[in-house]
Amino acid sequence: MPNGNLLEVKNLKQYFTVKTGLLKTASLKAVDDVSFSVGYGETLGLVGESGCGKTTVGRSIMRLYEPTGGTVVFDGKEVTAQSIMPLRREMQMVFQDPYSSLNPRMTVEDIIGEPLDVHKLYSSKKERRDKILGLMELVGLNAEHATRYAHEFSGGQRQRIGIARALAVNPKFIICDEPVSALDVSIQAQVINMFEDLKEKLGVAYLFIAHDLLVVHHISDRIAVMYLGKIVEIAPAGELNGNPIHPYTLSLLSAVPIPDPKTVRKKNRIILEGDVPSPMRMPSGCPFRTRCRYATEQCAIECPALTERGAGSGHMVACWNR
Amino acid sequence: MNETILQVKNLHTSFFTDSGQVMAVNGISFNLEKGKTLGIVGESGSGKSVTAYSIMRILADTGRITGGEILFRGEDITKYTERQMQKFRGKRCSIVFQDPMTSLNPVFTVGNQLMEAIMLHTDKRRGEARERAVEMLELVGVNEPRKRLKQYPHELSGGMRQRVMIAMALACEPDILIADEPTTALDVTIQAQILELIQSLQKKLGMAMILVTHDMGVIAELCDELIVMYGGRVCERGTVDEIFYNPRHEYTKGLLRSIPNINNMKERLVPISGTPINLLNLPKGCAFCARCDNAMKICLERLPDEISINENHKASCWLNIKDMLAAGKEVEERAER
Repeated sequence: MPNGNLLEVKNLKQYFTVKTGLLKTASLKAVDDVSFSVGYGETLGLVGESGCGKTTVGRSIMRLYEPTGGTVVFDGKEVTAQSIMPLRREMQMVFQDPYSSLNPRMTVEDIIGEPLDVHKLYSSKKERRDKILGLMELVGLNAEHATRYAHEFSGGQRQRIGIARALAVNPKFIICDEPVSALDVSIQAQVINMFEDLKEKLGVAYLFIAHDLLVVHHISDRIAVMYLGKIVEIAPAGELNGNPIHPYTLSLLSAVPIPDPKTVRKKNRIILEGDVPSPMRMPSGCPFRTRCRYATEQCAIECPALTERGAGSGHMVACWNR
Repeated sequence: MNETILQVKNLHTSFFTDSGQVMAVNGISFNLEKGKTLGIVGESGSGKSVTAYSIMRILADTGRITGGEILFRGEDITKYTERQMQKFRGKRCSIVFQDPMTSLNPVFTVGNQLMEAIMLHTDKRRGEARERAVEMLELVGVNEPRKRLKQYPHELSGGMRQRVMIAMALACEPDILIADEPTTALDVTIQAQILELIQSLQKKLGMAMILVTHDMGVIAELCDELIVMYGGRVCERGTVDEIFYNPRHEYTKGLLRSIPNINNMKERLVPISGTPINLLNLPKGCAFCARCDNAMKICLERLPDEISINENHKASCWLNIKDMLAAGKEVEERAER
């Protein structure tokens, strides 16, 4: 596997213009100066609450939106509006909702075959069909069902169709946007295992976006925590769980309901006061300061940068006080 | 001391649709004691919400309770007239729904909706009802309650809306609160706030609660006892500790193995194979047997009886019966010797 990083995101900014009145508009900073990298064959988990910009990060990388600023370098090539089409052969996306992300008027064969058509990845009809059947088998779908429509499948199977479609172009990198949150727990485990198998078999790297910390922790090598458009902490998965530093990460971890009654009884919970501020009216300085119990005057003046704690640990935190 | 407030006996609920009879709940029984929290867990389509809606009698038009009794303090509410039901709902038993976005009416102010609930169930007049509404909003931790009364649901965040829903449910001090996935639509930090709130209010007001959820984590936090449902039937019931640490039904075991836990982070998850059951076409035997790794011949043919594992724990699985028979046989053989 080559050295260096598969994906380098630097100072990514994604602002949206929102109408606030008849003629008034305001800028919504969905992603504000986010930098991170994903290694070859690595899984980076991206967690945060709704509205923190985690989905927007994924979409900006794929150029589903035109970013306001910053650079994305994929496999040594800069991603721009011009270069994205061929690069989409190497990065793909799996969406959250397996019900709305598949075209109800297409058969499974055509859904999985569409990326092959777009990128012209076959020379004969037979090759196309063989590829599709191979992909269906890879994700654990019955090849006999190739001529069925998406509505004939259950949620878990539909998510498999979505994954097969992403894998059709043989990508190096897949952005998974909440791929298991719409599924029942008993089915979730099937899909999580499949992601892990595919990583082992095909060496794909993932950006795994989710709000379920236990799931993210299970699947990721490293985890980034986002709050209001900024990354507040990145660390290897075990380190983040065992030694969280940022006050937001601390409360996020302590808020997760743990399916183990004995642990629950011992647990000391840090309950955050209030709600997430609106991204239209971001607090000055550190975005978390309005709910943070360590907040000082400095936090209101300047936003802390991500700095490494302990040389070579890979544990980066953006906080003045911890 | 232990006063049974609600007794559900052999409840059957079906939906009559164009494609046939959807048998959502097939013979559920449980008792709810005063001040206790009963969890109902299961995946989508297991009948957990339908059980809750049957108790409130708020099923969709196609749904009907086809058998069984629901006894509230000994009175069968399935025999109640709609008028009696209206008195029962809100005052005796309230429900908090999953989605705070759709369960508040967008065209009325929060105050309007809260006061409606209060005036309907008590003889308070407008002014008193308003005071009560303010008091309730304060109780559930909504800041600036007087200002909130004049706001519309869309002006509030998800967590605030769920607080309003809880305030509304508790405004008439019901004996039973049914919480149907109360935090599923919320973020974890807000979920933690709401769970804490529900827990403290329950203690303060001493009501009984039925918590319907698919999240084993939420169950572990809040419940005393637990029912695990699959295919509209109870697979297993018992105290939370018994179910988590000594599961005796294959479905419960599978469910617990398939969720990521802090103790199994680097281990592979063990999923339950297959897909959820089709309620249009229930099998003759155990509903779970198509997905069960240890299914036996009898599982296909006959429903297992619910047997006691110990005084705090019951399960409906042939494997337990087999184990017991095997153990029983051994005992007999020894006696013969």
